[in-house]
Parts: sequence; C-alpha cells; structure tokens
Amino acid sequence: MTPAGTAESIRPRISFYRDQGRYRGILSWVLTSDHKRIGILYFIFVIAFFFSGVILGFFMRLEMIAPGGAIMKPQTYNALFTLHGIIMIFLVVIPAIPTIFGNFFLPIQIGARDVAFPRINLLSWWLYISGAAIIALSVFTGEGPPDTGWTFYTPYSLRTTVNVPLAVFGLFILGMSSILTGVNFVTTTHRLRAPGMTWKRLPLFVWAIYSTSWVQILATPVIGITLALIMIERFFGVGVFDPAKGGDPILYQHMFWIYSHPATYIMILPAMGIVSDIVPVFARKKIFGYMAIAVSGVAIAAVGSLVWGHHMFVSGQSDFAALLFSLLTFLVAVPSAIKVFNWVATLHKGSIVLEPPLLFCLAFIFLFSIGGLTGLIQGALASNVHLHDTYWIPGHFHYIIFGGMGFGLFAAFHYWFPKMFGRMYNRKMAVWAWGIMLVGFNVFYFSMLLLGWGGMPRRYYDYLPQFRALHLTATFGSWILIAGLMLMFTNLFRGLLKGEKAGDNPWGGATLEWQIPSPPPTENFEEIPVIRHGPYDFEEIRENG
Amino acid sequence: MALMILRRFGKMDDAKELVAGEVGDATGARLGMWLFILSELLLFGGLFILYSAYRYKNPVDFHHASRELDVILGTLNTIILLTSSLSMVSSISALQRGDRKLSMVLLMTTIALGILFLINKGLEWGTKIEHGIYPNAPALLARAKGEILFYGLYYVMTGLHGLHVLVGVCVLLVMLLFVSKGKIRSTHFTPLENSGLYWHLVDVIWIFLYPLFYLIS
Repeated sequence: MTPAGTAESIRPRISFYRDQGRYRGILSWVLTSDHKRIGILYFIFVIAFFFSGVILGFFMRLEMIAPGGAIMKPQTYNALFTLHGIIMIFLVVIPAIPTIFGNFFLPIQIGARDVAFPRINLLSWWLYISGAAIIALSVFTGEGPPDTGWTFYTPYSLRTTVNVPLAVFGLFILGMSSILTGVNFVTTTHRLRAPGMTWKRLPLFVWAIYSTSWVQILATPVIGITLALIMIERFFGVGVFDPAKGGDPILYQHMFWIYSHPATYIMILPAMGIVSDIVPVFARKKIFGYMAIAVSGVAIAAVGSLVWGHHMFVSGQSDFAALLFSLLTFLVAVPSAIKVFNWVATLHKGSIVLEPPLLFCLAFIFLFSIGGLTGLIQGALASNVHLHDTYWIPGHFHYIIFGGMGFGLFAAFHYWFPKMFGRMYNRKMAVWAWGIMLVGFNVFYFSMLLLGWGGMPRRYYDYLPQFRALHLTATFGSWILIAGLMLMFTNLFRGLLKGEKAGDNPWGGATLEWQIPSPPPTENFEEIPVIRHGPYDFEEIRENG
Repeated sequence: MALMILRRFGKMDDAKELVAGEVGDATGARLGMWLFILSELLLFGGLFILYSAYRYKNPVDFHHASRELDVILGTLNTIILLTSSLSMVSSISALQRGDRKLSMVLLMTTIALGILFLINKGLEWGTKIEHGIYPNAPALLARAKGEILFYGLYYVMTGLHGLHVLVGVCVLLVMLLFVSKGKIRSTHFTPLENSGLYWHLVDVIWIFLYPLFYLIS
C-alpha cells in the first residue's frame, strides 16, 4: 500500500523543526519544500504585515480623533487608507488562513505526507514575498505611495502621479502566488487523501480550504488581467477605460468586483472552516449537519461569484441589473446563515468546555452575525443609496473581516498553537486578551456603523462637528483593541518560549493532526493511516457506541 | 463543459494509494495542469468580456476596423498554429511508443511553427505600426472611438497571446532538452504531456481570437 516501511523506520522521528533536510540554517527554511516549514514561513510574514497594517490603522484613527487636520496632511491620509487596505487585504486577510493553516494542516488532516506539488508550494511563498517586496518598494520610490484606495478605481488610478503601476504589479505577482496555492490544495485534496478518508469524512476545515481554493483559481485571474490593464493603460494609453478613447471606467469596476467580491469569500470561508472544526471539539459533540456545512461552503463560493454588482448600485448600472444583484446578495446570506445555525445547534446540549479557542469562535459567531445582518441592510437597493460610501460600509466590512476572519484566525492560533509549537500558552491571559479585544472591537466598529448611518462619508480626513463624539469613541475603541492584540501576541510569544509542554492532544480532538506528535515530525506519519471514522467522532462518543 | 470537467475529477479520485512526495503521480500532475489552464482561460476571459461589451456598443466601428486587418496573414497563422498542435500530439505519441528520435523531430517542428507564428505576428504588427495604427498614436486617435477600442483590444489580446506563444516555445525548448537527455521517456512523459496541454490552450485561445478580429467584417 505505501512505501513507508523502509526509509521511515531508519529515519528517527524528530520534529520537523530539527530535521533540516538538505540545507542548513536559514536556507533550510527559505529553500524548504516541507509544507509545515512553508506554513511557518507564511506565519512569520503574515504577522509582520498584520502589524504594519495595524499601525497604519492606528494612525488613521488618531487623525480622526478631532475635526480638521489633527496630525497629518490630507494626502498622507489618502496614502494611509490605501496602504492599510492593500496590506490588510492582499497580504494578510486573503492569504493568512490558507497559507498558514492550510499549508500546515490540510495535508495532515487528510493523512498525507505533503501537498501534491511541494516545490510549487515553495514557489508560491517566493512569489508572495516578492509581491510584498514590490509593494513595499512602491511606497518608498517614485512620486510617493499609492493614494487611490485599495480598489484602484479608474479613471483616477490612471491619472494620479503617484506610484500606482509598481503597486499594481506587486498585486499581480501576489495573484500568481494565490492561484498556485489554490491549484496545489485542490489537487492535494483530490489525490492525496489517505485510504478511508472519503469526502464525507473530510474535516470541515479541509472542505472550506477546498472551496476557497476553487474561488482562488477561478476569480484571481480576472483581477490579474484587470490590474495588468491598469499597467498597460498607464504605459501605452490603449484607452479601454478612458472615455476620451471610447472606453468605459464603469467596466473597470465590474472587472474589479468580479474578482474582489468572491475574494471576500476567499477571506471568510477558511475562517468558517476553522469554527466548524473547533466548535465540536469543545462541545464534545458531533458537528450538527456536516453535509449542510460542507455544501453551504461550496454554495457560498458559487453564488458569491455572482453578486459583484452590489458594490455598484450607485455607479449607474441598469435598474434590472441592480435588482438581480440585490436578489442574489440576499440569496448568498442563506448558506451563511445555515452555517451559523449549525454551529449553534452543535453547541446545544453539548458538554461545553470554555477554552480560549471556543471563546474566539463564539466571538466569531456573534460578530459575523452582526456583519452579516448589516450586509443585508446595505444589500437592499433603497437603503444602499443612503449608506453607500459612508462609514457604514467599512464598519460592516470590519465586522465580517476582522470580527469574522480575524477572530477565526485568532481561534486557529489558540487551537493549533500547541500542535504547531508543542507548547501551551497561558490560557487565563488568553481569555483576558479575548475579552479586551471583544470590547475594543465593538466600541470601535459599532461607532463606525453609527457614524455611517448618520451620514459620515468614508475616506474623508476631516468631518463636521456633529460626528465628533462618535469619532472620539471609535478612536478610543481602537486603543482598547490594540491593547488586547498586544496582550494576545505577547501571551502567545511567551508561550512559544516558556510555555509548558502541551502533549499530543491537549483538546481531545479526533482529527488526524491530534493523533501525531506535537510538533509533528517530517512527513507527518510513520505509516499512512487508514481512516475508520469521521472527523468529529470523539473517543468518548466512539466508546459509548 | 463544467460537468465534463467534474466527471474527469471524479475519475481522478480513484488511485487513493498514492502518497505525497512519491514521484510520478501522473494523474495528479495532469489535474494540476488542467486547473492551471482553467485559470489561464479566465485570464483571457476578462479580456473577452471587454471585447464583448465594446463590440456590443460599437458594432459598426468594429466592422470597419476589422476590414483593415490582413485576413490572409491571420488565416496563415491559424493554419500554422493548428499544424503545430498536430505535431505536438504526434510528438507525445511517438515518445509513448518509444521512438525518441521522431518525437524530437516533431517537437522541433512544433517549436519552429511557434516561432514562425511569432514572426508572422511581428510582421503584421509592424505593418500596422508603419501605418500609424498603434495605441495612443495620433492617426488612431483621430478615428472613431469604436475603432480605437478595436485596435486597443487587438494589441492587448494578440499581445498577451503572443506572450503565451513565446512562453510555450521556451517550455518546449526545455522539454526538447529533457527528451534528448532521456529525462523524459516512454515510461515518464507527463511533463511533455502537460506542456502539450499548455500548447493546445494557446492554440484554442487563438481559434477564438482569429474570428473575433479577422472575420467579423
């Protein structure tokens, strides 16, 4: 069945941190084809970019603490919100969960030794780093950092004198990285499942990464060509988005959102997979509606690809198109709600253990629900006219992406930390950090929702006196949030250095990663396991028949 | 078509005994290639959307502009590329039957045809540029808006396609090297097969570009 016996029994089963492979030192990392090492590489860089994004956000909030130019010039503010968006979306939120946890755990969870194309996996990482470096270069060279907003809307992105083409080129490279990662994960899921690992026995995290990968493969090329067209326009002046030459800037918006709306599902689906994996472990209960969760993920990926026009209700599309896009937007809420109901039903009558990973998942469910419901309000045509381009939109977006994806990511940090590093963090401190962040988050972003409802336009560096109190509250909330973040990362970092040994299965999980040592050895399994039960059939459930 | 692809993947699930890192999961490699090709199709798909939108808006201008393209040169290039796809598959089946020499000759034919296509394309572009028809050229900007768009799309789409032909030629050159060194042989031919898939993709895209630009007048 497997060629495991010979080579494996000779090689000692040491953790993948100590087994350097062919190279030594830093080269054993940047030239590795081990999926776990590549996962750790992404981990380091995603966190670094996350912090640069947080710092930019902090200064944006600080500028808004009082009306008028509080600490910076308008052009600086333009650059700040553009860079905050580019860094957070393209360097953190889109890649974070698939590249860190998908790389590290997808092969283990399906019982494989690595991904299908390990060297292409390394290439993906190099492309990611190169793309990031090019974006960083665009900030410090030319006539200054991009100031277009992360959407690069034409015609402004074609006219502004700042360094747009270089930043766009960096994003193009990141897109290639994203596509290759998607190709890798889809092939891995199809080809490398262990014997007995049927589609109905896949952990839901694998299902989520699988659906996400399809969106990555199918949607990313469209943004690729759109961004390439910006470069072509700027260098050759072809005119496809220039009205003077017959082009239509609105078509750019279509092309942009054809990718970028599905991209929001690239952001949220993996986090949903994490919640689906964690909730049953801490409810000590089988997941409720396994197939419903798996299929709703695919449904979100499919229907989510057809709703891009809801970003353009006021851009001048036909009433019929707007109506259709609005209807589809409401439809996509259905599979999302199915997931929420399933998680809650899983908790119902479970033997709940309130450990940090579950707390983060509960925060996810709460914040994601607010994000989802506010999304319906702006998805309705009439209210959208009022809310479009106000603080409501970034408020909603942060509830979904930070409250959803971000807290899902933090849940994954706390859930898989002992497996990845073999050590445990201080759980009490983790709960404190969770509480502080949750309070700070709501103070911050709920104020943004209220500001938007009151008519505060987004991307303005100044505002009318009537918004003063809420802006002050939001800035105050951002400080609480950042304090919580610092506490969380300090706690994790301390756990990494000084934490007690965690053991192989501290949470009593039933998926495959908990059946191997922490941290896992190179190639994960001595012998490829044969799967005989589902991912949430915990020992006590199996014993009780 | 989506169903067909899905059915293919269903079949690809069969061999479960395969382990990561093991050389020669040919089916896996092919699946990966098909996924990559899918993403390539969508890359061009974005441009086809632009083409459809602008042709719908400016049917008459597109008609006029298309009349100025050299149909004979375009047809010649179509024949060249189709023939190169034939020599490509023949090269693979020659290798599968163990005839390395024939396989190499056919591969070289494919490469030569690819280069011929690019030369033709270059000549065609050259003539157009000589007549002052290129992006942002004063002579072009003086024309109707639909014609500016037609030629804009013409340069972008055939340019991107030409880039793919160029990449394909480079890939095939590497394959030629591998076949001559025996790294790719009758028992291990997946890389050549995958390069062939890529070459056919380039061919298929041209089959759409050819009528859309040359035959609509």
